[in-house]
Amino acid sequence: MSDDKARLIEAIAEMHEDEAVDLARTMLDGGYDPVALLGHCREAMEIVGKRFEDGEFFLPELMLAGEMLSAISDMAKPLIREAGPTKKSSGTVIIGTVHGDLHDIGKNIVTFMLEINGFTVIDLGIDVPAQNFIDSIREHRPQVVGLSGFLTLAFDSMKETVEAISAAGLREEVRVMIGGGQVDEQVRRYTGADSFGLNAMTAVSLCKQWVAA
Amino acid sequence: MSAENNSPAALYAEREARVRDAIELREPDRVPIFLYSTFWQALDAGMTCEQAMYDYDRLGEAARRSVLELEPDAYVLPHFMLALGPTMEIMDYRQLQWPGHNGVDPNVSFQYLDKEYMKADEYDDYLLDPTGFYLKKYLPRVAGVYEAFRKLPDFPGLFYTRVVHSTAAYDDPDVRQAFETLARAGAEMRTMLGKAMALAKELAESGFPLAISASGGAPFDLLADYLRGSKGAMLDMFRNKDKLLAAMDKAAQFIPRAMIDSASRSPCKTVFIPLHWGLDGFMSPEQFETFFWPSLRKVVMTLIEAGLTPCLLWEGDCTSRLEVIRDVPPGKCIYFFERTDMFKAKEVLGDVVCLRGNVPASMMTTGTPDEVRDYCKKLIDVCGDGGGFIMDCGIGIPDESKRENVLAMFETTREYGVYR
Repeated sequence: MSDDKARLIEAIAEMHEDEAVDLARTMLDGGYDPVALLGHCREAMEIVGKRFEDGEFFLPELMLAGEMLSAISDMAKPLIREAGPTKKSSGTVIIGTVHGDLHDIGKNIVTFMLEINGFTVIDLGIDVPAQNFIDSIREHRPQVVGLSGFLTLAFDSMKETVEAISAAGLREEVRVMIGGGQVDEQVRRYTGADSFGLNAMTAVSLCKQWVAA
Repeated sequence: MSAENNSPAALYAEREARVRDAIELREPDRVPIFLYSTFWQALDAGMTCEQAMYDYDRLGEAARRSVLELEPDAYVLPHFMLALGPTMEIMDYRQLQWPGHNGVDPNVSFQYLDKEYMKADEYDDYLLDPTGFYLKKYLPRVAGVYEAFRKLPDFPGLFYTRVVHSTAAYDDPDVRQAFETLARAGAEMRTMLGKAMALAKELAESGFPLAISASGGAPFDLLADYLRGSKGAMLDMFRNKDKLLAAMDKAAQFIPRAMIDSASRSPCKTVFIPLHWGLDGFMSPEQFETFFWPSLRKVVMTLIEAGLTPCLLWEGDCTSRLEVIRDVPPGKCIYFFERTDMFKAKEVLGDVVCLRGNVPASMMTTGTPDEVRDYCKKLIDVCGDGGGFIMDCGIGIPDESKRENVLAMFETTREYGVYR
């Protein structure tokens, strides 16, 4: 392993933003393979994800890691002539904040953690009508649908979305997980979802479990 | 009980004493219960969310009806969060998306728009001259009416003849227009506040005290919610740590100053501080003790020194923070918990703060009255033991709560909550 590679991974994982971005720039200027460099970033992100799971890192670290990754990607991607071998996806998850709710922080953390864990995530954004979930399920054939919501009004939107997925004849094809500030087992039963989670790690383990099944 | 003891004045005194006993960690005659809702009272009265934000009289009627029916020991008037539609329209307020405005469904709650309202490179401006920064940069971004304030003079640069010359700015057509529009917004706000205060007076005469007289926030939340945006503030914890801390230090002085001023005009001495970004999972224990708690504690202590009772609403789950937030003088604060383990909170904080909460939102909206009764009884048994507890839902009554569940919470508290 080259020194630069180890230093880059460490700088990202230790939240040394300036050092990470400067080093990546120096490496690319010196002709370092941009595809390999992005691979190192992915390795660093796995460490960040692990530390988040272990309760060592929290939201601020995920935000900063995301910033470092996008700054380095912006430098590396224009230098890539042909796409390298892509890592096999662990599975596909469609995620979105349900109709009527604009909150996206929880959804974004779950997306981040699922991507680190090799899932392909289709993020439909916020205030997503049930029909958009249905259209996206038909297009992407995911194993899992994640419904996010922070407000209590989201309970009804989640329920309506699950019912609409059933009415469209797609309920048997997907597992549905819900998450957000106020969900619990009672809300899960109410909405007809398969499971609920209070944090991003639960979402990752549910998806792994369901995809393996 | 004699007739005299049932007079509204006697009931008012009785309720006030019950709440004061709970706050000061003595055992009252029974567990007090607060009535605090955002849209529930209006929706229960058959109004839409849009009507609640625009129709002062109907909102007042809904609030009156619920107070008289539920007979809380203290209540929050919904006007201060809801009845802002007309004024926000006049001033072109831009930080909120609300029902009936810009195509938003009349039946949904308002939502705050989390954005970067102050850029990272503007900390120096803010730290040098916060008022100037507000007038010429921040306010023009958050409300259209203030756009013309960009043309106002640079106040700290005024002296001697410059004080005289600078008057020319006020003759600018946009500035004139802005002041006229603000006066219209002010008249609208005074109408609303006048109706709200008249209702509070009427309800006081019927025996019901107010639960809060002013609200504020944590310095970190002020920066994260209203200035830098949540993402900006979290990145600043690494990129601009010293400036973030310096700005929070300023905010820790402004926040209580404004709250003390508002509370001075009310008979109620409890002030409200909802908290957003300090919960478990959002920041580490170390970050909490660096960025969240010290400046919040400063606000709390300033309020206590001014003779006020801070009621801190700890949103989400703050179970891991309990030991740290114990550090306040006993009998001076209410800690209002949403999803924190209330029973653990009683153990850790029971001899220091009065607990309030935390009937779950999911139970109120999708559960049964029996479930609500059982949960309330458990809260009364454990958290109410020896006093120091006020019944409420996690963040007040959720908008979609079933009426029978709200009735169950109030009945159980009145009947089962009696200390014997």
